[in-house]
Amino acid sequence: MKDYQTGYIKLALPKGRFLSPTASLLAEIGLGFQDYNDKTKQYRLRSTRFPGLSAKVLQEKDISIQVAVGNYDLGICGLDWIEEFLVKYPAGAVVKISSLNYGEGSIHVVASAEAEIANLNELSAGGNDYRIVTEYPNLAEAFALNLRMRRFRIFPVWGAAEAYPPENADLAVLWGKSGADIETQGLIPLKRLLPVTAFLIANRESLENKGLSQILMCFSSKLTAEPQTSIENGLDISEELKVPRPLWRAKTINLALPDGHQQAPTAQFLKRTGLNLQGYSEGVLNRRPSADLDWLGIKVIRPQDMPLQVANGNFDLAITGEDWLREHLCRFPSSPVKKLFPLGFGAVKIVAAVSQEMPVANIDELRSLVQGSPDHIRAPLKVASEYINIADKYLRDNHINPYKLIPTWGASEAFLPEDADVLIDNVQTGKTLKQHKLKIIDVLFRSWACLIANSDAIGASSQKKEKLEFLTQKLRAGLE
Amino acid sequence: MKNQKCKGMQDLLPEDMLRFRRIEDVFRTCCRNWGYREVRTPTLEYLHLFTATGTLTPSMLSKVYSFLDWDGWSGERVVLRPDGTIPVARLYIDNLSGQELARLFYVTNIFAFEGTGKENRERWQCGAEVFGGARFAPDVEVILLAREVIRRLGLSNITLQLSHAGLVAALLKDLKLSPGEEAKMINRILEGNWQALTKAKSTNPEIERLIAALLGLKGKSSSFLHNVRASFPRASQDFKSSLEDLINITTLLDNLGCSYEIDIAAIHGFEYYTGICFQFLAAGENIGGGGRYDSLVPLMNGEDIPACGFALYVDPMMKLLPLEKEKKGESGILVQGKESTSEIVKTCFAVAESLRDAGYPVELDFTGRKESNYRWVILVSGKEPSLFMLTDCIRRRRRDAASMAEILKVISEV
Repeated sequence: MKDYQTGYIKLALPKGRFLSPTASLLAEIGLGFQDYNDKTKQYRLRSTRFPGLSAKVLQEKDISIQVAVGNYDLGICGLDWIEEFLVKYPAGAVVKISSLNYGEGSIHVVASAEAEIANLNELSAGGNDYRIVTEYPNLAEAFALNLRMRRFRIFPVWGAAEAYPPENADLAVLWGKSGADIETQGLIPLKRLLPVTAFLIANRESLENKGLSQILMCFSSKLTAEPQTSIENGLDISEELKVPRPLWRAKTINLALPDGHQQAPTAQFLKRTGLNLQGYSEGVLNRRPSADLDWLGIKVIRPQDMPLQVANGNFDLAITGEDWLREHLCRFPSSPVKKLFPLGFGAVKIVAAVSQEMPVANIDELRSLVQGSPDHIRAPLKVASEYINIADKYLRDNHINPYKLIPTWGASEAFLPEDADVLIDNVQTGKTLKQHKLKIIDVLFRSWACLIANSDAIGASSQKKEKLEFLTQKLRAGLE
Repeated sequence: MKNQKCKGMQDLLPEDMLRFRRIEDVFRTCCRNWGYREVRTPTLEYLHLFTATGTLTPSMLSKVYSFLDWDGWSGERVVLRPDGTIPVARLYIDNLSGQELARLFYVTNIFAFEGTGKENRERWQCGAEVFGGARFAPDVEVILLAREVIRRLGLSNITLQLSHAGLVAALLKDLKLSPGEEAKMINRILEGNWQALTKAKSTNPEIERLIAALLGLKGKSSSFLHNVRASFPRASQDFKSSLEDLINITTLLDNLGCSYEIDIAAIHGFEYYTGICFQFLAAGENIGGGGRYDSLVPLMNGEDIPACGFALYVDPMMKLLPLEKEKKGESGILVQGKESTSEIVKTCFAVAESLRDAGYPVELDFTGRKESNYRWVILVSGKEPSLFMLTDCIRRRRRDAASMAEILKVISEV
């Protein structure tokens, strides 16, 4: 795999929010990536201007890590993900070259307008245990430590952090367009941590040893001479905030419903149950839909985050995938979350896949291949997965050794074959894998959408138990 | 892939362990002689134990090894013990808080990330703590105990440096910084950047003079502190009472003939200390330190009990200790089997056991290697009449022996 890289300059380009402005920038400076635009389905790109330059389109979250480990020489991604990496790994081999002058919003620490948190001073003074929900666990931890918070717990989530306070979290660290924008979501910005602008970053070793100058010169017309923004260490501890404090009413039973791909089939399923929900149908994203039942609280969050939230008693019931339940139980074997019943939709297979060129047909042959390679060149097998705990257990159980896990945030198939050897991911039809010249060597398990519950809540007060049973029966009625 | 040691971790080889055990043995003996009792705390503690006091700096806390346990779905993180004192304070609160006075000691490893991987991330400490007791005497006691350990280890070129966290706190208070600025200043000082304090602007020129005098001067007796007291009569009450405390301690040390250097700015990392702070240097290297931490136990929801203690750092002390050769030559015995028939092996084990029962360290060998690093070598031939041949490795003489009794007689005669 080393030879593939030698002599080439590799650039990691972002999907999502920065795709469009980055595409404009690249067109303007003439890097020769005409295929990098909103409509492309391609992950791999070759420069039409520089023969030695290639690019791959990745999730922004992955880019700073991929540049740090040396899979890419240069990368473009938001400052939030760079700082999320650097605050935890200050010695990581990522060098910030320059801001690219586009971007939007900032990372803020927020509290619910309904919570009893008036200012930052309060957070470090008392003996309260603060729950912080965030997509940026490292930035959140650094914030809490800098503020000398006495006791805090951080709940990493895949998304929808804004939906958690005040019932399910005291604070959230999240992206917001502006303070005013955050306030429209019923949240109070307590502190702005850093502005989110796109950055050009480089791998330290590449910068020290490789001939990147031609590429960097193309960017230089766009590079700022101003000092770089970075995480703000200074905390304005004395800030006083005037916060209205209306009370929110706790509900007896709390249900979590999925957003994203699972929303449409879940909405159809719920229609069949006869539960009358407002604000949860296809194409509508309302984080707090309502039901006719006044004792039922509903929130729409990421299915990946549900098992942990149910384990902590934030929700009594949730509709998620068995894959995410299993991922949670691999990490926390004694968790009180359990599956009540499958719901009959959202079928996927969790598979191990490799490049079609790899001469193995199953996991045993893969093990032989890894073990058979001579000791001195035996590099760890690189395994990319969204399900790091499932993948970890699978590799351990199958005596694959040594291996390295590369956590990803979706679209893991783009990692093979250059940046990973094996993929552990979910597939519906297997078509995407074929398109990327990958083949399945093992099916770990099959997964459907399912109803999960906290086994401690099942044994709760009789009033709660009665309502739980009522709701469970109602949901069971929707099964075809 | 070769099996490789984790970055920042160290192996202790037999010679290292000789030094390690020597330090530990001397420390344990001294502590027991002073009435201290040994405790051991777990390697894993909750992270909030260390954040709860609000005293550890963010930069120190950002270097702890913290993670979620297998049942950590509540988000409660655990850490590999990053400090020796706080777990012992927890142990005291959990188990011994009824005791008015507890003298405890421990030998433990602590874990802190270090970016280069060249320094140790796991380090060993020998520590002692006193919970309860009157003022001054325990402060002096822990200093003298630490000094005795260092002296008995034979380390030379020792300097004892004294500072006082109460004095620093009083100066900071007089600077009247905003809460945010004060927190930043404390962090800088704890990281050893005392210059930050001299650069702070105060509305009161006397404070600036006082800071300059205290940071610039190094006293070697309590007279220095009396001079400071006389020169700054308008210093705050907090400052004066801390100065008084330091005067009392240094006067006692003067009277006991313990030399020291008062160097307010020499010490850093005194995060939970409230009173005297001290550190020992050997040939310029920091080999340990301690101080008084009266608010730590109450901050951890324990009773309002004063406490002080110290820790000696094993790793730098090991480098300074001269290596003692293993003294096999004085008493060690090697029992060699001429062949490894079951009869001879059995006899060798029996001979070795009898000799060990008589108090001699004995090693067995069936490879026939030539060894001289022993006091005696006993060759077991298994053939009558001289079943055993004894070699006196010092006098270079050989004797035959026919029985166990004869062997013991020959060896004990010398």
